[in-house]
Amino acid sequence: MSESTSFPILTALVLTPAIGAVVVSAVSKRRPDLVKLLALSFSGISAAMSIWLLCTFRSGEAGMQFVSKHAWIKPWGISWNLGVDGISIFLVVLTGLLWPIALLGADAHHDEKPYAAWLLVLQAGVLGSFMSQDLFLFFVFFEIVLVPMYFLIGRWGYEGRVYAATKFFLYTMVGSALMLVGLVTTALLARRDIGYMTFDIHEIATGSQFAASTGRWLFLAFAVAFAVKVPLFPFHTWLPDAHTQAPTAGSVILAGVMLKLGTYGLLRFNVFLFPEASRYFRPLLLTLAVIGIIYGAIVATVQKDLKRLVAYSSVAHLGFIVLGTFAFTSSAASGSVMQMINHGVSTGALFLMVGMISERRHTREIAQLRGLQKVAPIFAVVFTVVMLSSIGVPGLNGFVGEFLILTGTFLTARWWAVVAAAGVILAALYLLWAYQRVFHGEPDEANQSFRELSLREGLVLLPMIAAIFFCGVYPKAMLDRIEPSVKALLAHVEEQTGYEEPVPVAVPVSEPEHAKDTEHAAETEHKEGE
Amino acid sequence: MLNVIWLIPLLPLCGFVINVVLGRRLGDPKSGLLAAAMCGAAFIVTLVTYFDLVSRPEEARQHVATIFSWIPVGGLSVDAAFLADPLSITMALFITGIGTLIHLYAVGYMHGDPKFSKFFVYLNLFAFSMLMLVLGENMLVTFLGWEGVGTCSYLLISFWHTRESAATAGKKAFVTNRVGDWGFMIAMFLAFQAVGSLSYSALNSAAMGGTLVRSTATAITMMLFLGACGKSAQLPLYIWLPDAMEGPTPVSALIHAATMVTAGVYLMVRVNPVIATAFTWAPAVIAIVGAATALFAATVAVAQTDIKKVLAYSTVSQLGFMFLAVGSGAYVAAIFHMVTHAFFKALLFLGSGSVIHGMHHEQDMRRMGALRKLMPITAGTFIIGWLAIAGVPPFAGFWSKDEILLAAWAHPTNPALFKVLWGVGLFTALLTAFYMTRQVIMVFFGKARWEDHSGDHGAHGDFKPHESPAIMLLPLVALSGLSIVGGVLNLPFTDSTKRLLHWLEPLVHFGEIEGHASAGEKWGLAVGTAALCLASMGVAIFVYQRNRAQAVEPQILADGWRYDRFVSWFMGHPGRQAFEATAWVDRNIVDGAVNGVATGVRRSGAVLRRTQSGFVRNYALLIGGGVVLMLAWFLLRAVGVFG
Repeated sequence: MSESTSFPILTALVLTPAIGAVVVSAVSKRRPDLVKLLALSFSGISAAMSIWLLCTFRSGEAGMQFVSKHAWIKPWGISWNLGVDGISIFLVVLTGLLWPIALLGADAHHDEKPYAAWLLVLQAGVLGSFMSQDLFLFFVFFEIVLVPMYFLIGRWGYEGRVYAATKFFLYTMVGSALMLVGLVTTALLARRDIGYMTFDIHEIATGSQFAASTGRWLFLAFAVAFAVKVPLFPFHTWLPDAHTQAPTAGSVILAGVMLKLGTYGLLRFNVFLFPEASRYFRPLLLTLAVIGIIYGAIVATVQKDLKRLVAYSSVAHLGFIVLGTFAFTSSAASGSVMQMINHGVSTGALFLMVGMISERRHTREIAQLRGLQKVAPIFAVVFTVVMLSSIGVPGLNGFVGEFLILTGTFLTARWWAVVAAAGVILAALYLLWAYQRVFHGEPDEANQSFRELSLREGLVLLPMIAAIFFCGVYPKAMLDRIEPSVKALLAHVEEQTGYEEPVPVAVPVSEPEHAKDTEHAAETEHKEGE
Repeated sequence: MLNVIWLIPLLPLCGFVINVVLGRRLGDPKSGLLAAAMCGAAFIVTLVTYFDLVSRPEEARQHVATIFSWIPVGGLSVDAAFLADPLSITMALFITGIGTLIHLYAVGYMHGDPKFSKFFVYLNLFAFSMLMLVLGENMLVTFLGWEGVGTCSYLLISFWHTRESAATAGKKAFVTNRVGDWGFMIAMFLAFQAVGSLSYSALNSAAMGGTLVRSTATAITMMLFLGACGKSAQLPLYIWLPDAMEGPTPVSALIHAATMVTAGVYLMVRVNPVIATAFTWAPAVIAIVGAATALFAATVAVAQTDIKKVLAYSTVSQLGFMFLAVGSGAYVAAIFHMVTHAFFKALLFLGSGSVIHGMHHEQDMRRMGALRKLMPITAGTFIIGWLAIAGVPPFAGFWSKDEILLAAWAHPTNPALFKVLWGVGLFTALLTAFYMTRQVIMVFFGKARWEDHSGDHGAHGDFKPHESPAIMLLPLVALSGLSIVGGVLNLPFTDSTKRLLHWLEPLVHFGEIEGHASAGEKWGLAVGTAALCLASMGVAIFVYQRNRAQAVEPQILADGWRYDRFVSWFMGHPGRQAFEATAWVDRNIVDGAVNGVATGVRRSGAVLRRTQSGFVRNYALLIGGGVVLMLAWFLLRAVGVFG
């Protein structure tokens, strides 16, 4: 870990939306245009900063970068401790970029001011969660996230919003309460081994020696909180309600980054802090993940509400990510990290487009929609690309993540991978069937006037489509940044538990005149240089 | 020239991109001609590559061109890389060659369609994907093409998407293929675990070097074969192909006859050392499935009345022949039949398209007849295709089908089983000659039955079938030429005429099984088969032309043994109900438990009811306050006890 003495970019990244929220709150509520402009500017600044972060991020390095650490509550060893590594960098960037998209892609319709303010608070909370290297600080951000999302669903949602918001809040709170107990106990117990009180996860992970049984209890306390957030079967039932009732921006953000707080938490905290327990509970988590993949897809197939269908597809997709997390191979874990981003992009785009459909038609009922491809061909093409990415067609982003997860899982948990792979059949089934009912056929009278994709909507979707193609064709750009950190994490697990990652040995092949492009040769050299 | 093999798939990709951007502006027919030109350019590059390859010594006919590192993680390192060797270039040659002809044909066929340019966008994307499939240096690049052609197939089958049947057929094709893709994926996982790589060279050399464990090789073979069953429409996954005829006819010719559906055969040939390493029952299973599919589909073709459905079942049947060859260890024969089949089946499909075009979208053969005078070129070329597929010497199909039957007959390790399979193959060949004769008579000979129904076409005014434009006839003529002389690729007379065998030898020598048959046996089989096929054609003429006997076309055959209907019923009823039941459990049991707990908590807290003001923000405030209190409590306790 290297201390960065330059500009505290991460702190600035958290503070920008927070300041934005304050500024927006100060504007008169009779100026919705100004509110929107300010919210967009602040989220634009965060987006620019996150891109700058990505550009200056040193690929090939495993440790935390841009670290910004300041003592906060000294007696308890709590500090303002932010940092990013390969596991979190893309989540931070996605969070930075998703807000302008969500703000531009969907309208509040009423009460613009609190809407924008809550969205900005939410962004600060999510960014903070992904960057915190301090357990307590993480918890604070993790909880902050709940409040704005609760209000976004409860005030700007659809007909059943109050029920959905309350359910979302209470469900997640129960998990969080367990995590709070867990994290305080972790710090207190770790103090015995380390010698002083600290919430710094790196100090705890390297310095503490939990008894096996203790570690397992602590693991569970964290795991339940994250499992609810992911959501992992059987803790998933808040998600369809929350997704269906949330306003479009809420759904996009929920699917895009908030669910990743759960999968990220499992990887960053559970696996990192409790490697022994992670190995111990591995069969359980793998099984729940696989159940989620198949079960989520089956339930998605028979949904009548388009948004609910996409919500259940998230349960299935997130199952893949958890599967890769607990496979304990570098390819599966890298695939999981990548899939967090891929799912955020694809499902985020799906929710945006479903939002556009319900804006136009005032319904999300599949049965009410028909023949949209005939009246809005461009809309249909964009939807098709996003759908194919979600199905996992190679050449698009979703495939790379899923393939890495399954290949890696197959090495250590063969039968789980075999069953999980069947999820790709079901993914094609529920999405194509829904697509057929909504887009194919002859449009009836109500769908005859369906508006084609507007320029603004197209521009909002454009970066997501670009990402879908880029990550599918050249995932190396991402993987080079993700893999070192994932490998370091696995090395930590190996060191603590004596586990050894199986690496298939490549059989040497004698190939006649193996011509390599100059680019490829350069990359090989680069690798050897490391 | 081998260094630029990436140009081969790149050219159609360029056509795709240009047509995406400018297609609407280029319009009809320019966008189509552009697409055809791109495919033609790819053909020329392939041809140059081919000659380059031929000029090299046999052991140097292999070249890998790596473009960039695609997915490098951990032990897994997959390159976006292409492989030029006799097998991949043979495939690329007929894909781009026939592809160009079909592109040209489509310019005429799709003329006037409101989505003209979009059709060529998809067609070029297909050509790109198909070339990725065959030129891929590793299984993952092949899989990219594999899924790519599946996607294009989906898009093109449901091209006329306002038609419910077309939309359903497209979805069915994709989902059924996905079942096979699952097998392909498992095979890749197995291969990676076994040899630490996904490249064919690593896998095959492990198999040839004896380092690939037998059981693993068997598992890989069976899983890849499952994938092949999906893509190449074998039992039990064939059901999507007859429905795929909902797509425009050039699509049926290009994708669902000549190229995409042969991808499974290609894949099996590509990994022939692995099949050879597997337990002997594995290739036997492939041969059995192939023969069973061939027979099954041929029986169904006998009773079809839709001109394209006959050809669709015929394609399923011919693909079965190819898998019979693969299972018999006759990989060269499989590729030989794949190429000749591409010639004559593309010809037959395009011919049927010409008929449909001339008949104003009539596809029912019962409403055709006597068209040879009105469509002389279509009829003439179709008849050549018929003779080729029926196995009449010296047309192309005779030679390749004969090789397959010979391989089954002379199979050395399991003669009893393979003699039975040979019998099945022979009988299928006779059925093929029969149903194709029936089709030719119903369409081109006999009485003109379309006059009887002229009333149905009142809207068109005078209904008169007409010959198609030159741009559609040119490909027909070219393909009929190939269907006549295609056999010269691999004539069995002397060693030097077995060109395809020598060309592919280095790739298949490990897996190829030499049969034991004397020259007399070979001659006897060839002459006997040809004679029986001619007799079978005679029977068909006797029944359908002369009307000397009642045609036997039981309904159960027309319904495809009701297999497809059963699958649809199963998916629609028990399958659907199981899915609904799962959703019910989710709503009422899983979520019910959650709500039950919530209700329980609320009831027990009834005392605090007054605090429920009904305002969301008040609840939130309470919850938020609760969090703070809990937090404080934990912290104070921490300090109090330990601080």
